[in-house]
Amino acid sequence: MGLALLLVVWLITFVSTYFFIAHPSWMWLPPVATTYGPQIDSQFTYTYIAMGIVFVAAQVALGLFAWKYRDRGHAAAYYSHGNIRLEAVWTILTAILFVGLNLMGQHIWAQARFQGPSPGSEQVEITGMQFQWYFRYPGSDGKYGRTLAKLEDPSTGNALGIDPDDPAAKDDIVSSTLVLPVNRELDVTLKALDVIHDFFVPEFRFKQDAVPGLLIHMHFTPNRIGDYEIDCAELCGSGHYKMRAGVKVVSEADYQAFLKAPQQWLTEHPWNGPMSRGLMQESEAKPPAPALQLAMRHHQSQAENH
Amino acid sequence: MGNVQNTPHRADVGVVDSSVQHAAHAHAAPTGFIRKYIFSLDHKVIGLQYYFLALASVFTGLILSVLMRIHLVWPEWAIPGIGIIKDEQYLGLLTLHGTFMVFFVLTTAPQSGFGNYFLPIQIGAADMAFPVLNMLSFWTTFAAFIVMLGAFFTVMPIAGWTSYPTLSALPNAGSLPWGQDLWLLSIALFCAASLMGALNFITTTLDLRCKGMSLWRMPLTCWTWFVTAILGLLAFGVLLSGGLLLLLDRNAGTSFFVPGGLVVNGVQQRHEGGSPLLWQHLFWFFGHPEVYIAILPGMGVASQLLSTFSRKPIFGYRAMVFAVMAIGLLGFMVWGHHMFMSGMSPYTAFAFSLMTMAIGVPSAIKTFNWLGTMWRGKIRFYTPMLFAIGFVSLFVSGGLSGPFLAQPTLDIPLHDTFFVVAHFHLIMGVAAIFGIFAATYYWFPKMFGRMMSESLGRLHFWFTFVGTYAIFMPMHYEGMAGRPRRYGSMVVAGGLFNRLAALMPLEKFISIAAFVTAAAQLIFVINLFWSMKKGEKAPVNPWEATTLEWTIPSPPPHDNFAGNTPVVNHGPYEYSVPGVERDYVMQTDPASVHAH
Repeated sequence: MGLALLLVVWLITFVSTYFFIAHPSWMWLPPVATTYGPQIDSQFTYTYIAMGIVFVAAQVALGLFAWKYRDRGHAAAYYSHGNIRLEAVWTILTAILFVGLNLMGQHIWAQARFQGPSPGSEQVEITGMQFQWYFRYPGSDGKYGRTLAKLEDPSTGNALGIDPDDPAAKDDIVSSTLVLPVNRELDVTLKALDVIHDFFVPEFRFKQDAVPGLLIHMHFTPNRIGDYEIDCAELCGSGHYKMRAGVKVVSEADYQAFLKAPQQWLTEHPWNGPMSRGLMQESEAKPPAPALQLAMRHHQSQAENH
Repeated sequence: MGNVQNTPHRADVGVVDSSVQHAAHAHAAPTGFIRKYIFSLDHKVIGLQYYFLALASVFTGLILSVLMRIHLVWPEWAIPGIGIIKDEQYLGLLTLHGTFMVFFVLTTAPQSGFGNYFLPIQIGAADMAFPVLNMLSFWTTFAAFIVMLGAFFTVMPIAGWTSYPTLSALPNAGSLPWGQDLWLLSIALFCAASLMGALNFITTTLDLRCKGMSLWRMPLTCWTWFVTAILGLLAFGVLLSGGLLLLLDRNAGTSFFVPGGLVVNGVQQRHEGGSPLLWQHLFWFFGHPEVYIAILPGMGVASQLLSTFSRKPIFGYRAMVFAVMAIGLLGFMVWGHHMFMSGMSPYTAFAFSLMTMAIGVPSAIKTFNWLGTMWRGKIRFYTPMLFAIGFVSLFVSGGLSGPFLAQPTLDIPLHDTFFVVAHFHLIMGVAAIFGIFAATYYWFPKMFGRMMSESLGRLHFWFTFVGTYAIFMPMHYEGMAGRPRRYGSMVVAGGLFNRLAALMPLEKFISIAAFVTAAAQLIFVINLFWSMKKGEKAPVNPWEATTLEWTIPSPPPHDNFAGNTPVVNHGPYEYSVPGVERDYVMQTDPASVHAH
């Protein structure tokens, strides 16, 4: 029985470790697409090397002891109540390891969450509601228009409740696909209109809850052009599983073209990310909410409504 | 409960001091069926009632998880009697799976079940300090269970076992009436019952120890039940109040957790001024200690068993006790690590993270001491020992993913993914369940007077041990790849969740492993019920162990020690003492057997 335990525990240990070391790309953190992402990844790597060593050491010892110290009819077990010195050494070593890892990672967190965005960052407002994301750009005036809860109504194309009487709202752009310029720092404002949602883009190494009643400011800099997927990572109701959207990181020229004519640009450059086929089939299955499946200039939609 | 019940039976070992006989059982042995088995005041009957309640719950939770695994990979399957599981129903399944498992299994069996049965016996008491309160706490828990079944059969709540508002507070956001309300009511009842139990455990430990049973001679199981009870006393009150506030938000128009200006499904909400994060603080102030409420008794059992079956004193007894206390204390300072992504002030993350990493230290001490206990031992591989070794292995594997999630930086990619699911299932789920299995195989002879089948036990161990790793190890990789948790099928409207399509074979592997492992639990059930009737008769001390329960008949008489309160002369883990003929010294052996 001791030998069986040794073999099984070791086998489990080595198979798990093998996959951690070999890690084919589909079972690992996806390729990074933001400037601070590599730091997170290296902190992850340090942690997994340290934990991996402890994991292998502990499991190997467990299997070995089970086999080596099995009852072979030998003389009595060694009578000992422990060893204070060993205990102290072990305690200090683990304290250094765990606290050290913690301190190593703090600056990354501080950079991401303590510091605000640099002046002149590109502003985007991200709003979650059951079960759809909306992305708003403030337009050339750099100001978001006022929003009012009583005006929120997806069926009129004004899901965010933007007040048409506010001059700052006139040039706001609302899109259901997020388009971001590459290598520009973003000043992101996260909002939720009904329940808690979570904006998660694995490639960005970015995740943050959007909480009703809170305006949450975040910043990051995408640095790789491409189409990615946004998941809602906080359970938000019966349609949680379909609350996904596309994000396109594009060149500065493309970004300016998008801001000039969002709807047209997105028609010509549809989001072509990893789940586009799924979105397409879903939109074929039922008529899309009016004026929402693609971007629009807010004042244009207001004009149509009047 | 056996026919030895009314036979006064002196312990075959141990010295009894007649001067402490006044501590005889506070109530006479009942004769009627109802007072004996239903509304019993006997801690042993109540312990078994909790145990069987947990058994019913664990199979409910297990079936729910099998349905979840089916939906995740074969969403088109029509289950007989249920039909095709929809993505919305998947949320109901995961909510109730989590709730049954965390509350009615992991909180109920290790503490209320085994603790109730063996704490009084191991400290030499005739019963718990407050037998009526004990009965009341069980029947309140039972009421909570019935109410939770009510939630199951009305409208399944879908907000997860964490039930975050505003989803859980606003019925038209999806937390429909009855389901969510019954869920909250059940949790409130459960909390009230747990508070009663906690008071009882603490008082019993402090006041009812027999002569010679100093705190430093208590078995580590008693220490863990004691510390767990303190955690329960401080934690359940907070969840109770949180649950009541949320019920008020839902039904009485208050706004503790709901801010103003919300529009749900086109309807403006009348609430204003509340904070969704307040619930998360209240919930996790309970929720993190709850993790230790689930696992600490398992640690106690593992310590007891590793020492017994290695025939060695536990390595570093006092270090183990201090580690348990440190885990309990730090457990109250770390709740914010569940909330790094919640919108809570990012400055608090440093403190919560540091404290969380610090918990790794006492946890590492425990692991080190378990290995130290096996080192140079003389290990007997009975089934309970296999599960104790399995516990250590799973505790290591599940514990080491903790320092990833304790770092807010790494929580950015990993929070709310399958990495978290893998982490907490290994450590607070399966490791704790292994503690329950180990305790069952170990104490079954005492509880039922018969031995369980060793061969069925071993078969059960191997399937469960390997199956567990096959299920939960791959989930780490899925989480790293960005697979979010609480997503129903990975198939949406005919289109694959393509980013993660490559994970589908792995998902299928996990599901198949889950089906096999779930089916293997039938081996346990068969063994349990077959052995109750047909198992070999158990002697007083089948494992040659040292603690007080092994000095009295199997099963124990109504008042445990038949009025002869034991006197303790030795520590709990005196194995292989040099110069002593037997390789173990009972706690009640005369002091002359082995001078300290």
